[in-house]
Amino acid sequence: MTSIITVKDMCLWYGAHQALHHIGIEIPEKSITALIGPSGCGKSTLLKTLNRMNDLIPDVKITGDIRYDGTDIFSREVDVNQLRKEVGMVFQKPNPFPMSIYDNVAYGPRVHGVTGRARLDEIVERALRGAAIWDEVKDRLRKNALGLSGGQQQRLCIARALAVEPRVLLMDEPTSALDPISTSRIEELAMELKEKYTIVMVTHNMQQAVRVSDYTAFFLLGELVECGQTDDIFSQPRDKRTEDYITGRFG
Amino acid sequence: MLRQPLSAKRKHYERLWKAVMRLSVGLTAALVLLLLAYVLAKGAPHITWGLLSTRPSYLTGKIGILPDILNTLYIIIATLLLVLPLGVGAAIYLTEYAASKRVVSVIEYAAETLSGIPSIIYGLVGMLLFSNNMGTCLLAGALTLVIMNLPTIMRATQESLKTVPQSYREGAFSLGAGKWRVVRTVVLPGCVDGIVTGCILSVGRILGESAALLYTAGFAHALYGMLDGLAAPGATLTVALYVYAKEQGEFNVAFAIAAILMVLTVLVNFAAALVQKYFTKRRSA
Repeated sequence: MTSIITVKDMCLWYGAHQALHHIGIEIPEKSITALIGPSGCGKSTLLKTLNRMNDLIPDVKITGDIRYDGTDIFSREVDVNQLRKEVGMVFQKPNPFPMSIYDNVAYGPRVHGVTGRARLDEIVERALRGAAIWDEVKDRLRKNALGLSGGQQQRLCIARALAVEPRVLLMDEPTSALDPISTSRIEELAMELKEKYTIVMVTHNMQQAVRVSDYTAFFLLGELVECGQTDDIFSQPRDKRTEDYITGRFG
Repeated sequence: MLRQPLSAKRKHYERLWKAVMRLSVGLTAALVLLLLAYVLAKGAPHITWGLLSTRPSYLTGKIGILPDILNTLYIIIATLLLVLPLGVGAAIYLTEYAASKRVVSVIEYAAETLSGIPSIIYGLVGMLLFSNNMGTCLLAGALTLVIMNLPTIMRATQESLKTVPQSYREGAFSLGAGKWRVVRTVVLPGCVDGIVTGCILSVGRILGESAALLYTAGFAHALYGMLDGLAAPGATLTVALYVYAKEQGEFNVAFAIAAILMVLTVLVNFAAALVQKYFTKRRSA
């Protein structure tokens, strides 16, 4: 297995508060890695560091080394917009823009300079098909995206992320705001997507991690306690704290 | 307990306060209606097509307010054209770009204070800054009104920018959009309502402004096109009202203008309410 993202000895502070302590993790390509742990353990913070969304928050300090495809993502030569194009993100709450379904999906490609009508049509259709929502919306591409149901909105957001052809997809509890049926559709979708993309998914839901992920990393109080193949983590955890957490003793 | 009637004392107390409050509401409403009715009754009969469509002449003794109507229009257009980019630009910078919270709050505080200053002070400053350099003219008046309305536009835009959900910005950034792109395509469209409302409020304020214009824009009633008009001195409707009432004793004309201004003010407020309603509806749809 090759790693597409490598994190080494990474610490992160929000002002004076240290949120992550010496994190080291490798994200294997074309697989799903689940980040689990109780609220406030730093898993979302780590996720948002991987595409530098933490840049938007004032007073964040980061030390250590994060490499995407061999390049230090904090190096001066890295264009953060290019990084975010390659490392896309899906948020906890579906956040489609208040525009048409078509314009939502075409937003990213337009940002990156795609203009031709035919070319855009093609990208939009491919992205919507990729996110398993094409059949539901193909007759109302011009309608406002906010009219879709929550589950559809989230798949639209996945399509929007896919439209810029990323290699990595970061998903921050993508199903926590959705009903069970929508949740299982997103999970199925994630498992299809790993054929072509690398997925890092933060989840609160232990069963979800077991169902969809290949690798699992367990975080506690800003530390990475244990990480490895999902089957191993859940069947024979090496650390007592992991075992306590996955058996529901706290969290 | 629940079935026990209120004590007589409490009942009287309740009734007394209810009566006092009813009286206040009645008085307030009556005052407004009385003022409206009085001005309309005194003014409306003197609004004639001749008054609206001609200019005054001292030679013939004829009075017409067409130049004043046009001057008002010119000054509104010129002020909005100048104040919009400034105010909206400042609001975008403060909300989306400025890194120092201290600086933002100092500027916000200054803007709030600015909007509370009596308008005659703006007139004085405008006279020294603009009229003394470019002469008394509508443009000098418009520039003065720009300073006056800058806080209104800026604050209205800012408040509106703050209502654009952060998740839209995050979504756009996560697709690799640059800052300005995010502002232009996702943030600004979400706050058009605030900008439009700010504009309408400013139009209302410009319509009603006289003190700041007395010093700066002048009293003339000559008929000009927009560009020549801006370079020449001219009275807006409110200033003309002052001139006709105070200096020429033409109370009929003054009341006619007053009635027109009042109707316009009602229309402007109505428009503001309509815009608000339209955008609330569009947002929830």
